[in-house]
Amino acid sequence: MIPAALRYVRAGSVEEALAALVEPDAKALAGGQSLVSVMKLRLARPALVVDISRLELAGIETADGELRVGALTTWADLAGSAELRRPALAAISECAAGIGDLQVRNRGTIGGSLAHADPASDMPAVLLALGASVALKSAAAERMVETREFFLGPFTTALAPGELLTGVVVPLPAAGSGSAYASVEHPASGFALAGAAALVSPDGSSSVAVTGIGSTPFLLEAEPGEALAAAEVFGDRFAPAGYRRHLAEVVVERALASAGARTKEDA
Amino acid sequence: MREALSLVVNGERRSLEVEARTLLVHALRDSLGLTGTHVGCDTSQCGACTVLLDGAAVKSCTLLALQAEGAEVTTIEGFAPDGELHPIQRAFVEHHGLQCGFCTPGMILTAADLLARDPDPSDETIRHALRGNLCRCTGYQPIVEAIRAAAEAPA
Repeated sequence: MIPAALRYVRAGSVEEALAALVEPDAKALAGGQSLVSVMKLRLARPALVVDISRLELAGIETADGELRVGALTTWADLAGSAELRRPALAAISECAAGIGDLQVRNRGTIGGSLAHADPASDMPAVLLALGASVALKSAAAERMVETREFFLGPFTTALAPGELLTGVVVPLPAAGSGSAYASVEHPASGFALAGAAALVSPDGSSSVAVTGIGSTPFLLEAEPGEALAAAEVFGDRFAPAGYRRHLAEVVVERALASAGARTKEDA
Repeated sequence: MREALSLVVNGERRSLEVEARTLLVHALRDSLGLTGTHVGCDTSQCGACTVLLDGAAVKSCTLLALQAEGAEVTTIEGFAPDGELHPIQRAFVEHHGLQCGFCTPGMILTAADLLARDPDPSDETIRHALRGNLCRCTGYQPIVEAIRAAAEAPA
């Protein structure tokens, strides 16, 4: 399997990338772990591939009450980051360490995965629970979009034509918070049949998001049991809706328990 | 249309021309004749096509060749100096870490990435690292033992 014929340009700067992405059939290519796979299956046939992987958009830093993660930061970077050992942020590294496999984590980037927006991808649940936003840049402007407004449907996001996702911003949780990610994976694909992320605050309140069970990852707006009972859950031959809903209840419970235990370790 | 590609493969600078859509694994096998890198599943599952790209294990079936411009690629052919076996290769021989051998180049290069990062991995860590490498002879137990032995072998 090889991709359909395409033109390729290696962007030397964000400006160059944005100028190239103006072409209607252009796609940004970062690590390629989602995009190249769907190009080989001919599910995606971009006329122009804009390789952004050499841009300086990788890195993890904490400043002004925010955690900033560059779009080209790989899963391996996130899994090994000292910055993310803090129990309040542990869901991010815990989730990244379980994505794909070693080779995929070496190449796959957080920005590429978010822009691809597979409804069963893991990290969106974590970013939703942590209240994160994504930075979207076009030739004309830059805007921040909350992750809860970003995922519109399967493989569909708020990214407008010509826009590039340049980074993720997570508001730092209060001291004494804990976060966790738990999932049950499809044994062959490794994608979540149901995944849940939880952020537990020092006062015991929590924010919980799930992935793999609906058309997009989503935040639970009510008490988890109630929210999951009311949620529109997707089913297929691997996991019918009822089973998937049950798995979601289980992983939500696990994520909450683990995040709750971590609140005691966070300073 | 063909594009120029220049990269270092197994320590040697190579310049070639590829179509923009050419995958790295095909550039290595078909243009450079390095057929030790295998195509198994072709869908990024099996890891038989694993090579080291600037030292990191990657699946060369899921990379455009042009993405490797300027990079250092190590395939199984260049993993050990001429005429010798790398300690990981020796451990695979000694511990029967292969049966048909199809998955072996990918297993060995993935193990190289793991051991570079974690010189003393637990069996659980080894198994987690091999998640993206399938062996259809079901030889996982001796593969894990071989990697464990390579970790313990004197360098």
